[in-house]
Amino acid sequence: MAIRRGRGVAAINYPTGMNLGGDPTQALVHSTPTGNFMVTLSSVDLGQGMKQIMAQICAETIGVPTDRVVVDTADTDTGPHCMGTFASRGTHRAGNAVIQAAREARQVMLEVAAEELEVNTSDLETDGQGNILVKGAPQRSISIFDVALSAHFKRGRSISGRGMFLIPRSYPEKETGAMKPSTCYAHACTVAEVEVDDETGEVTVLTVKNVFEIGRALNPKMVEQQLVGGSWMGISHALYEATEPYYPNRDHGGTDFNQYLMPGPGDLAQTEIIVLERPSADGPYGAKGPGEMCANPQIPAVANAVFDAVGVRIDTLPITPERILRALKAQASN
Amino acid sequence: MELRKSYFADQRKDDLHEIGQPRPRSDSPSHVTGKTAYFADRNFPGMLHLKMVRSPHHHARIRSIDTSEAEKHPGVVKVLTAKDVPHNVYTILILIQIGPEDETVLADSKVRWKGEAVVAMLAETERAAQEAAAKVKVDYEVLPAVFDMEEALKPGAPLVNEYHGQNHYLYDSGECRKVRFGDVDAGFAGADHILEQTYQSSPIEHAPTETTGCIVAPEGNDRFTCYTNTQAMFFTLDNASIILQMPGSKLHFVGGTVGGGFGGKVDVIVEPIAILGAKLTGRPVSFIYSREEEMQISSPRAAEKVVIKDGVMKDGRIVARKVTGYTDAGAYSRHSPYGAQKGAGHYPGPYTIPNVWIDTYCVYTNRTPSSAMRGFGVTIGDFALEVQMDKLARLIGMDPLEFRFINAYRDGDMKAHRQPTEGAALIECMQEASRAANWPVAEKYLSMSSYAKGA
Repeated sequence: MAIRRGRGVAAINYPTGMNLGGDPTQALVHSTPTGNFMVTLSSVDLGQGMKQIMAQICAETIGVPTDRVVVDTADTDTGPHCMGTFASRGTHRAGNAVIQAAREARQVMLEVAAEELEVNTSDLETDGQGNILVKGAPQRSISIFDVALSAHFKRGRSISGRGMFLIPRSYPEKETGAMKPSTCYAHACTVAEVEVDDETGEVTVLTVKNVFEIGRALNPKMVEQQLVGGSWMGISHALYEATEPYYPNRDHGGTDFNQYLMPGPGDLAQTEIIVLERPSADGPYGAKGPGEMCANPQIPAVANAVFDAVGVRIDTLPITPERILRALKAQASN
Repeated sequence: MELRKSYFADQRKDDLHEIGQPRPRSDSPSHVTGKTAYFADRNFPGMLHLKMVRSPHHHARIRSIDTSEAEKHPGVVKVLTAKDVPHNVYTILILIQIGPEDETVLADSKVRWKGEAVVAMLAETERAAQEAAAKVKVDYEVLPAVFDMEEALKPGAPLVNEYHGQNHYLYDSGECRKVRFGDVDAGFAGADHILEQTYQSSPIEHAPTETTGCIVAPEGNDRFTCYTNTQAMFFTLDNASIILQMPGSKLHFVGGTVGGGFGGKVDVIVEPIAILGAKLTGRPVSFIYSREEEMQISSPRAAEKVVIKDGVMKDGRIVARKVTGYTDAGAYSRHSPYGAQKGAGHYPGPYTIPNVWIDTYCVYTNRTPSSAMRGFGVTIGDFALEVQMDKLARLIGMDPLEFRFINAYRDGDMKAHRQPTEGAALIECMQEASRAANWPVAEKYLSMSSYAKGA
């Protein structure tokens, strides 16, 4: 009886968004007299930070700092339509809608600034700090706050924009299955290193090295929080979780977190995250949807590492100590 | 976390100001200081609490329901049964014409899984609602149940759901969603080795910190505001509108920060019945799942069974792949017909294989309906595919990572569902993993690229 070590690899891809019924999200952007910009949506922030990302996308497009943008979302009376936050679609679909809305608002903003500065709109640029400058003559400038005041009280303009992003529905061809099931794809490769106690069947994940390609990382810190959490969830799925541990038997289902097991702080693997960025052609600033796929590659990587360690295949999830011991017993009797 | 900027540098312009910056989240301070408001932080005067009477049987006919004792229980304000629900038989994907309607808001003549909602109890307190629920007498005739997908698909198996007529979803393509590419039989005939393996999974729980729920307030102008943690505002509103036969203009849905979804909050379960309760009592109604309900009543990730048959050459090329996938939908469709179809669009994984055959089935059994979850239609498939890849590599005596380089898809390669590959990056991920994990591969693999040959 011994502690045996093994490692396994897995590589995956993952589609962004759903196509079943068409996949629309809309956005509205407008300025207030304070020079701040409002993004109005009906998308839902699930805690992953969608509001922050929409603010950064709007700020980038209009040319202002992110803290000048406020996001109002998840209200069906005020927000335009969104299919919802699922299928790794939030950043990609809503982000594209916000870009379109913000571009239209930026155009009005530049038109008002051009009138104030008595130049052509095409001669203007934003400095990203809240000012609009004449290209090549930065001493001729106007603050976005003053532009907003002018629009509201003098020029009678609405600095606002409408955004719409729609992936049309794709019907699978009946006989061949030809279809366009999604837009861009994210990628990952994970190497997991485990120790398996061949006496107890217990698996300890020592290290997990994840390489994720997610298109452009719009906010690297938020990407990190999602990828680290996803990596943990993948390990939990591989080794711990089941609402019906003896599926298809319905008994023994957990009803709280004492019975429904997940890895605790003492079970955390040493986790490494490396991110590659291949900008997607259709994503907002090249983003793809990393939300779902980051929890997938750890599962087969751990399964393959368990085999590498003790020479038995557990082809049924979760890979519990009981299943490992039964497989070891079967192997020994063969 | 490290950003490896050396890959795909030719495809990025680093000329952005706000994008790519690790700006602190504007909502973090309120999250970590406990100031973020969630839907359940609201409290309205006169608010009622809704609790469900649930089926103790996996499959049973309902002979009669007697709520008379429950109605007399102190604090009980209203008791709802199937006849109170205007459009009781529904399915959420009917919004995009994916029928048939196959599920009851409150069970009428049958229950099809243990835990199914039968009677809704509205009372002044959670405790009164719970106690009154225990006083409802339902006379059941227990029916044979089926829990195993293989058993369910056999002739003569108990019929789980009459609205389907058989224990699988019927696609326009027949009993399964199909993908056919190349000639899989010819591929197997020419292969050096063939490996067929079966993979399975159990249902798992989304385990959000915040359980599913909503609070509905009548607005006095014939409108109802539903404070909810749904992941999809209009999708839920539109389904509630159908179930309640109430114009969407009468409904106002308000969300906010949600304490985790992971796909578990797109099923439209709590909102319609809570709105109905508010309409019939004229009082605010709170319906929030307990942790037990979240774990055993709310949809889990489907259990799946995946059978993969591969033909592989000694030099490492996979020449044929046949995948048969089964998704255990439980008793009702919810999002599962789409999940099974998404699987069909995902196989054979990120590899270029000339001959592919895919069948994916959505199967009905007498268990908690499954539905969407993070990685819907893909996660279990990836587990199966990538363990299979490991087995294939070992079968032909090749390093598992090198074996994947040989088969990895690249830009321009035609996928089985007949879309050309774009924006591929599998090869580069594996190159970086090789370095990061000190897993050496031959130099020729480190100089490969996902870009199309000659590009």
